[in-house]
Amino acid sequence: MFYREAGIFKTSYAADQALFRIPFDRIFVISVVLFAALVIPVIGNEYWLGSILIPTLIMAIATIGLNILLGYCGQLSLGTGAFMAAGAFMGYKIATAFPWMPIWAVVILGGICAAMIGVAFGLPSLRIKGFYLAVTTLAAQFFLLWLFQKVPWFVNYSISGVPTAPPREMFGYLVTGAEASVEARYLFILAFTVILALIAANLVRGRIGRTWMAIRDMDIAAELIGIKPLPTKLSAFAVSSFYCGVAGVLWAFCYINTVEATAFDIFRSFTVLFMVIIGGLGSILGCFLGAFFIFLLPIFLNSAPGWVGLEVPTELISHVEFMVFGALIVFFLIVEPHGLARLWAITKEKLRLWPFPY
Amino acid sequence: MLEFWFFIEVVLNGMFAGTMYALIALGFVLIFKASGVFNFAQGFMVLFAALCFVGFLEMGLPMIVAFVLAGAIMVAWAFAVERFVLRYLVNQEPIILFMATIGIAFFLEGFGELLWGADVHPLDIGIPDGAWFVGPDGVMMVQQFDVSAAIIAGGLVAVLALFFTYTRIGRALRAVADDHQAALSVGIPLNQIWIIVWAVAGLVALVAGIIWGSRLGVQFSLSILALKALPVLILGGFTSVPGAIVGGLIIGVGEKVAEIYLGPYIGGGIEEWFAYVVAMLFLLYRPQGLFGDKIIERV
Repeated sequence: MFYREAGIFKTSYAADQALFRIPFDRIFVISVVLFAALVIPVIGNEYWLGSILIPTLIMAIATIGLNILLGYCGQLSLGTGAFMAAGAFMGYKIATAFPWMPIWAVVILGGICAAMIGVAFGLPSLRIKGFYLAVTTLAAQFFLLWLFQKVPWFVNYSISGVPTAPPREMFGYLVTGAEASVEARYLFILAFTVILALIAANLVRGRIGRTWMAIRDMDIAAELIGIKPLPTKLSAFAVSSFYCGVAGVLWAFCYINTVEATAFDIFRSFTVLFMVIIGGLGSILGCFLGAFFIFLLPIFLNSAPGWVGLEVPTELISHVEFMVFGALIVFFLIVEPHGLARLWAITKEKLRLWPFPY
Repeated sequence: MLEFWFFIEVVLNGMFAGTMYALIALGFVLIFKASGVFNFAQGFMVLFAALCFVGFLEMGLPMIVAFVLAGAIMVAWAFAVERFVLRYLVNQEPIILFMATIGIAFFLEGFGELLWGADVHPLDIGIPDGAWFVGPDGVMMVQQFDVSAAIIAGGLVAVLALFFTYTRIGRALRAVADDHQAALSVGIPLNQIWIIVWAVAGLVALVAGIIWGSRLGVQFSLSILALKALPVLILGGFTSVPGAIVGGLIIGVGEKVAEIYLGPYIGGGIEEWFAYVVAMLFLLYRPQGLFGDKIIERV
């Protein structure tokens, strides 16, 4: 009834190729962003903003990064955590070496450094495919983390080896470090998330995104119709690692407030991979859905017994949590292998005909 | 001369470590060959099997009984995986199946710790733990434990090779590995084959878990260790049993030699990533691994 295409006429190519072709979609997305930017900081408390929304949004950025690589270009990577770490450590080096640099530039430069490292580790993808490639990206994961832990230069020879993130301001408000208010950090991250998601959505529907998808669907055929695999695969690695790097900088600067390699271990990579798969391969919306689902699920499982008045020992909960988490993942893959984004698409399809389905 | 003996000792140690990696890699290869599933849960199956074994031992059961019971649990687990997971995921993309095994891995981890607790369990199954000294004046030390472990691993591989070559089921497994559809068309039941390979992989995991467990204690890190089997796998090729063995030896030796002779110059701890980097560089020259089937791509 509300969500429909009938009666919406496009009179120009621009309108036909717009990001949101149906006004309802556009209004919906804009209102969600406005709600997140204007209402949530007011109604949200320290816990919700600081411990749930901030990490989830950062993970959503990393998930978009991996989704570009895996969902759009078809290259499986298990090194997401390492690329995040690369962003975090290089961001830290840049922020401390050039204290006058605005923080947004630090974040972007951190992402660019991660992108260059990503390209280096993406080079094998030209010869190696599938699971073989996944295992070689593990080389990036273990080698980079080892490097960041062993070479004291990366942490400015800090004695503890775990330096705190330097406090930086934007528009006169502190946005990084432990002293920054949770609202300022949240808005800072939200701005990055929205802009990066918008860029990603436009990238994947443009020429470059189409070449990625051609490579994903069948790389030999794509090569035959004149798509060069070298720049295509490497650009996917670069953009993907850039997103992961930005997520890494934000994670270190705005969430955990320290720069440490252990925050980006192999399980971080797997978490992001889960978010991509559960959210939906090849969908920007899916990245957000997946990030929220995977991040909130353990919290929900942890507190659910308390809500219904069950007293369960914590140790038991953590074991059961693992079991339920694993079982739910398998369940999801069986029921909807295309992820939450596909469920959303089905809902929209239903909404088009509601309340008079034929 | 002393240098030379030391080098031999390092290489031998590496080979023993390599056979242990190969033991874990074997489980991966078995499942990948027969079902094309890259089974991430193999490491957790090692942990789970070892936990079961230790649990039964601690209940006071004799070792043979504990082994049989733990084996039975692994077989039951194979049935459960086929019944509740794989059956519904036929014809899905490899990445989906891979994710499903990660889900299984999480489940298994929680389940194992729920049953047997998350503590470190020491395990002693009576493998001699002394050392032999060989060479002139006994300059070279060989751990008896390593030798026994290598013998057990070798025996297991031999048994598996015989099983694959000479039994009816083994032939069926090879047929399925060769071509799913052709195997189906001559009447080989795919579901049963899956149960069998998962059960065999479970038993291999049990043996691997007992050996690793009696060296390190049965604990969570056993499942992380299984990640080390991945470079072994890709070095040898996903589809080759001898590849897993040779890959294991190469990685084991390379790792130990690099740690001892290269480690001091670049800061130690390179065992963590050396295997992966070796595998990556190697794959650049031979993308299908040492013994993997040649990858033929058609449009």
